[in-house]
Amino acid sequence: MNEFFAMGGYAAYVWPAYGVSIVALIAVAIVSWREMKRAERLVDLSQKAEASRR
Amino acid sequence: MQQFANPQRFVRIAKMLTPWLLGATALLLVTGLYLALFVAPPDYQQGDAARIMYVHVPAAWMSLFIYACMAVSSAVAFIWKHPLADVAAKASAPIGCVFTALALITGSLWGQPMWGTWWVWDARLTSVLILFFLYLGYIVLWSVIDEPTRAARAARILALVGAINIPIIKFSVDWWNTLHQGSSVFRMDGPTITSSMLAPLLVMAAGYNVFYVTFLLIRMRTEVSQRRLRTIRLGLEPVPA
Repeated sequence: MNEFFAMGGYAAYVWPAYGVSIVALIAVAIVSWREMKRAERLVDLSQKAEASRR
Repeated sequence: MQQFANPQRFVRIAKMLTPWLLGATALLLVTGLYLALFVAPPDYQQGDAARIMYVHVPAAWMSLFIYACMAVSSAVAFIWKHPLADVAAKASAPIGCVFTALALITGSLWGQPMWGTWWVWDARLTSVLILFFLYLGYIVLWSVIDEPTRAARAARILALVGAINIPIIKFSVDWWNTLHQGSSVFRMDGPTITSSMLAPLLVMAAGYNVFYVTFLLIRMRTEVSQRRLRTIRLGLEPVPA
């Protein structure tokens, strides 16, 4: 297992490359999902508000 | 194509596809990471540092592919005034920007042990850095121009003019002397990379592609909702009783 983490002496380059890739993709996923939920909720809310005003 | 032009219809289809796309993304990326880290052999020259390829190369491919998609969408928006074309281009930009940043960062992390330097101002690296700034410029354009139709127009022009950079990046390794190695997958004479390394690379690339499609649809839904919100607030949209 230690050998796996050592990456043949290139651990200092391999793991940051994988780490930054995984973190960046998860961040895009979470931010995109939250923005979508928020925008769709706002549409629902303002539609209801408009409907009740009429 | 016309039947997807209705934004509400698009949202319905996107909602239906999202769970499947999320599942496919997760499956491909987990499989890809497993193959890349556990199954693929170390390179005979580069050892385990070559594993950086499996996150670097797909990110670099996506940086070009997404920009090409944005340019095509922008052209479609200009020519056919398709209501979702600008939405697709705008929703793509942040994803493409992140993939470009990842290509630059992972490339740097690969360059240091292999070339002995984090960065060189050669044709390949410089043209990809320009691509990164094109993405940033595109995103900034949308946010600094208040009037939506003017913002869309400016963004389309930038996307189309910047597309000149795409073939420059692709062929930069052939046209100029560079530290960056040439292509070993998309070649006229077929891939020169060994199949035990090609398989994980293609699975990772497929995962990145499906990731893009998945979050493109999600980001397009955000944009469609934000546009509806504007029309509702302006009192322009008929409200269902």
